[in-house]
Amino acid sequence: MSKILVVAEVSGAKLKKTTLSAIGFARAAGLPFDVLVLGQGVGAAAEELRAYGAGAVKVADGAALANYVGETFAPTVSEAAKGYSVVVVTASSFGKDLAPRVAARLGAGFASDIAGVENAGGALSYKRPMYAGNALATMQITTPVQVVSVRQSEFEAAAPSGGSSPVEAVAVAPAPLAGRVEFVSFDEVKSARPELAEAKVVVSGGRSLKSAEGFKTVLEPLVDVMGAAMGASRAAVDAGYVPNDLQVGQTGKVVAPKLYIAVGISGAIQHIAGMKNSKVIVAINKDPEAPIFQLADYGLVADLYKAVPELTEAVKKIRAEG
Amino acid sequence: MKILVPLKRTADPDNANKIKIGAGGAKIETTGLEPKANPFDEYAVEASLRLIENGQTKARNAGDKLTVVSFGPKEAATNIRQALAMGGDDGLLFLSDDESLDGDLVARALARVVEQQKPDLVVLGKQAVDGDSNQVGQILAELLQWPSATFAMSIELSADKKTAIVGREVDGGVIKLKLTLPAVITVDLRIVAPKSVVNHVTPATFNYPEGARFTPLPMIIKAKTKPIVEAPIASLGVEGALKSKYASFALPPARKGGVKVKDVAELVQKLRTEAKVL
Ligand SMILES: Cc1cc2nc3c(=O)[nH]c(=O)nc-3n(C[C@@H](O)[C@@H](O)[C@@H](O)COP(=O)(O)OP(=O)(O)OC[C@H]3O[C@@H](n4cnc5c(N)ncnc54)[C@H](O)[C@@H]3O)c2cc1C
Ligand SMILES: Cc1cc2nc3c(=O)[nH]c(=O)nc-3n(C[C@H](O)[C@H](O)[C@H](O)COP(=O)(O)OP(=O)(O)OC[C@H]3O[C@@H](n4cnc5c(N)ncnc54)[C@H](O)[C@@H]3O)c2cc1C
Repeated sequence: MSKILVVAEVSGAKLKKTTLSAIGFARAAGLPFDVLVLGQGVGAAAEELRAYGAGAVKVADGAALANYVGETFAPTVSEAAKGYSVVVVTASSFGKDLAPRVAARLGAGFASDIAGVENAGGALSYKRPMYAGNALATMQITTPVQVVSVRQSEFEAAAPSGGSSPVEAVAVAPAPLAGRVEFVSFDEVKSARPELAEAKVVVSGGRSLKSAEGFKTVLEPLVDVMGAAMGASRAAVDAGYVPNDLQVGQTGKVVAPKLYIAVGISGAIQHIAGMKNSKVIVAINKDPEAPIFQLADYGLVADLYKAVPELTEAVKKIRAEG
Repeated sequence: MKILVPLKRTADPDNANKIKIGAGGAKIETTGLEPKANPFDEYAVEASLRLIENGQTKARNAGDKLTVVSFGPKEAATNIRQALAMGGDDGLLFLSDDESLDGDLVARALARVVEQQKPDLVVLGKQAVDGDSNQVGQILAELLQWPSATFAMSIELSADKKTAIVGREVDGGVIKLKLTLPAVITVDLRIVAPKSVVNHVTPATFNYPEGARFTPLPMIIKAKTKPIVEAPIASLGVEGALKSKYASFALPPARKGGVKVKDVAELVQKLRTEAKVL
């Protein structure tokens, strides 16, 4: 009987919402699943996971797993994966690092960052975007165990289904490489705003904001009045205007919010790859020929320094009126 | 110190929206797109050069060496040659094509090359911008049982060249790992910022220009005499069966362009009454 092992993601022992997309995959595949959560002091995360209809919630808890290091996590996941036919994790930076390692250890084929799954009489096939989302491949894995990472924006976060799955402890496996890779630090960028990948509204800025100050004074008021997450183009990130992990695109984060507002972003292929599946796209750009207008539902040709404060005020007014 | 950089030939990523699907969904056609080195691999070459040279004088130790390896068509020699013009010493080209490869096979073949070349570091791109899989470095590290760090935005090599502290770009910040060499590193975009690579040879005051280096004509001419050894991939003795099979390809559903609005007021009105997102 085919069974899926979902690998949960935690941050500082707290369950991350990314996990729910991997559970969403298991439901979409229509196969029974267990969840594995790894870390130190992850009891509460395991408890939370009992409500999603898993056959079991497996917990590997230990000091060796206090911080994510691929070399220490992969052996435990691979050991726990014995007997399963599919191992799945969401393609966050955690999943992108971990999944191929697990595949290698299991001698399994790997499907990376998939956007869809189909179950035809027990045979799973996967859809995965290639070439910055300009082609969709349909693929199968030929090994007995399959490893998959799923694109968070393409798999709906699973809602709790009631029930209370049993919790089982699993052993932390020895990590032969642990002596040669040492966790030094995690320099966390703290933000009170919603996470990019989870936000309903994303407001992104480009090179045209010209400085960190530009982001702060022009873009952030709009971001905050919208209750949005902030995003950026690579050009803005490279220039140091905003932290790296706000980059939206082929090689940054892929988002698909209800509303995406691109401010002073030209719409390079690599940027579009990260936001083109948003429900509604708004572009504000002073160049009427900017490629972003080719996919924007609503395009406003204007100077952002004038239009963005105006839009901020208008939204404020609407919010005040309730 | 010896560094191995795997480099993939990819179709011009800036025009990826011009690819076509051929043979009734069986093929991806990139005709007309200029083949280029995967940009992340160019960054891997740049980062590797910064690890072994004195950035200011461009002097290098006699024992230091940068080898570039590719699995691809005969024409990939052009892309390897380009990396040699940047400062690589020699190249290896194992003939193959995308349809006959998966991430697992590339990694297994690379593991054989590592056995033969015995590098201290393998520096790869974090992802190839055609396949977008982001897998080969991680698989290779497991096969070799070498410590590794993916998505590197900074590398500080210790003065004795025995360890490296790598800053990894991850969700929510930067993780630093200390690796004992030999090791595998995959690089992210920011690895080519002016001070991303520290080797304790380049003066701390020195700033590299942003990005991968330009290749002046004398370097291009010099690169013409650098060796590139070509062999079939089978000569590495790896089993050729793929663990995953791509059955068909399709273009993604096209997104319809929308309308232009004349001002903020009209935008707000449309977002409220038409799109209902405000
Ligand atoms: C038409 C077509 C058919 C395909 N069919 C299949 C299939 O049937 N099954 C399947 O699994 N995949 C298939 N692929 C994808 C397969 O070609 C890639 O997965 C494989 O080439 C590895 O590249 P990647 O994009 O996965 O590498 P990534 O893991 O994204 O690349 C990371 C790094 O690994 C190194 N690297 C990757 N590839 C090479 C290379 N060739 N030479 C040197 N260094 C390299 C580079 O440093 C790169 O930056 C197909 C692709 C195409 C275009
Ligand atoms: C390997 C690789 C990976 C990449 N990955 C990504 C990625 O993941 N994400 C990403 O975003 N990019 C990525 N890029 C970069 C991408 O190719 C573009 O260079 C980048 O997206 C451009 O950013 P931008 O739109 O902010 O800047 P530009 O292209 O310079 O555009 C600025 C825009 O602002 C407009 N503008 C200027 N002033 C004003 C004003 N006052 N009011 C209104 N509009 C104004 C201009 O008309 C222009 O359209 C990648 C590139 C490479 C090579």
